[in-house]
Amino acid sequence: MRFVINILVLLSLLAVEPVWAQTEEAVAQAEAVEETIEASEQGEELDVKQVVLSHIADSYEWHICSVGERHISVPLPVIVRSQSGEWHCFSSSKLHHGHQYEGFHIAEEGAYAGKIVEQTADGEQIRPLDFSITKTVAGLFVNCAVLLLIVLCVARRYRNDQHDSKAKGGLAGVLEMVIESVMDGIIIPCVGPNYRKFAPYLLTAFFFIFVNNLMGLIPIFPAGANVTGNIAVTLVLAMATFFAVNIFGTKDYWKEIFWPEVPTWLKVPIPIMPAIEFIGLFTKPFSLMIRLFANILAGHAIILILTCIVFATAKMGAAVNGAMSAVSVVLSIFMNCLELLVAFLQAFVFTMLSAVFIGAAQHTEEHEHETKQIENNTNN
Amino acid sequence: MGLLQPELGLLFWTSLAFGVVLFLLCKFGFPVILRSVEERRKFIDSSIDAAHEAEVRLERVTLDSEAIVEKAEAERQMILRSAGEERDRIVTEARAKAEEEARRIVAEAREQATEEREQILRDGRQQVAALAVALSEKLLREELRDRQSQTKLADRLLDEINSQTTNTEA
Repeated sequence: MRFVINILVLLSLLAVEPVWAQTEEAVAQAEAVEETIEASEQGEELDVKQVVLSHIADSYEWHICSVGERHISVPLPVIVRSQSGEWHCFSSSKLHHGHQYEGFHIAEEGAYAGKIVEQTADGEQIRPLDFSITKTVAGLFVNCAVLLLIVLCVARRYRNDQHDSKAKGGLAGVLEMVIESVMDGIIIPCVGPNYRKFAPYLLTAFFFIFVNNLMGLIPIFPAGANVTGNIAVTLVLAMATFFAVNIFGTKDYWKEIFWPEVPTWLKVPIPIMPAIEFIGLFTKPFSLMIRLFANILAGHAIILILTCIVFATAKMGAAVNGAMSAVSVVLSIFMNCLELLVAFLQAFVFTMLSAVFIGAAQHTEEHEHETKQIENNTNN
Repeated sequence: MGLLQPELGLLFWTSLAFGVVLFLLCKFGFPVILRSVEERRKFIDSSIDAAHEAEVRLERVTLDSEAIVEKAEAERQMILRSAGEERDRIVTEARAKAEEEARRIVAEAREQATEEREQILRDGRQQVAALAVALSEKLLREELRDRQSQTKLADRLLDEINSQTTNTEA
């Protein structure tokens, strides 16, 4: 257990050591685009867009690096349900280079480019039900395991605590500090008197996003997958908040939506305000989803593009390439630092907005009264 | 745009993973830590309260003892002062009494002296009178040894008396 914790600490150190992370990333990226470089040496241009998108988008195998002609990648299980209703499960290595396996192959172009499609008898391409463990899913699992390990190991140290136990040091101390700041900074003030009920969910959301963001910044396998920069992941998170808000919403909250306190003509013949409020139900989680997705995606894209400067300028001569490489490294270091901040900030913002939405749905007349009284007292 | 289309498989796996993580952390993770931290916070708060109370109490005790010392000091001062006053008063009183006594004794002595002097004077006068009478008796006896002289004296006395009476009648 001790060993595992040490490894985890090392990994987290990696995340806060941008220079190292940067070099590693540069190496990984360099190898990732080597193939393209070779191609460009043969007269083709480096396709930066392709490089960036191939990292950002999901894939069926986890590409680590390429050495010369050899591609080193981790094959991942493909789980698909064919048209006939059968489930197929096989390694993604079977689909290399457009190979077809059991009637499935990865589409090169068209609407399903990059996805597994099924070739039917009449030559049509159909998208099967695809539950494959893709790179994002694998990364997600790794990150979840890391998160569970960290939190549960720390929780184990707390289990037999007495009320007069001393404060913990090490990882537990760090985690406790973060938990405390999230509790005191976001959850208690935003959710209000009911905060105990929602604190575990909000903390889980915070740490889930935070760990995934940080792991996304570490460029070495098994970290480095673009998890929170994938819209499906953020959609699930936003849905979780949506359910937390609406399932536990009070009567007053629903009344505010369908019969808000506005002039009657705004709601009786044409329910303008109720309609707006109702749409607001969905735009709130939607904004959560898009915000997290776009921020992390953009961060990954910028770092990759900055790294690609090195290879894009490779043909312009040693002087230009050297200068631009230096610029690229400096900018990448800066961006990695910025992304560290963004990783925390986005987790923080997501949790805070979730807490605010939940707190708004918890509001009742009494609470309002109470909070007003408290405000009055504090003002006095 | 492929990036903006959530994949069904990914949605499923994410929901599953997040669900499992949420369940595990909500059951075994955060509540344990939160409870412990909360308890520790309460303990620290109560300890601080207790420390404050002890401090206040100590301060009060210190104040009390200081007050007691001060009071004792004041009492000592007062006792010393009153003792001095008493002493002065006694001395003054004694002096006054002694003076009065002395004055009284002097006065008494003077009175006695006066009395004695008068006594002496009176005694002297009596003795002078008795001496005069005795002398005149002796003189008379000497003078009136014969009959003739006695008659002469008687005559002369009678004359004197007569003249005296005439004088008074005149």
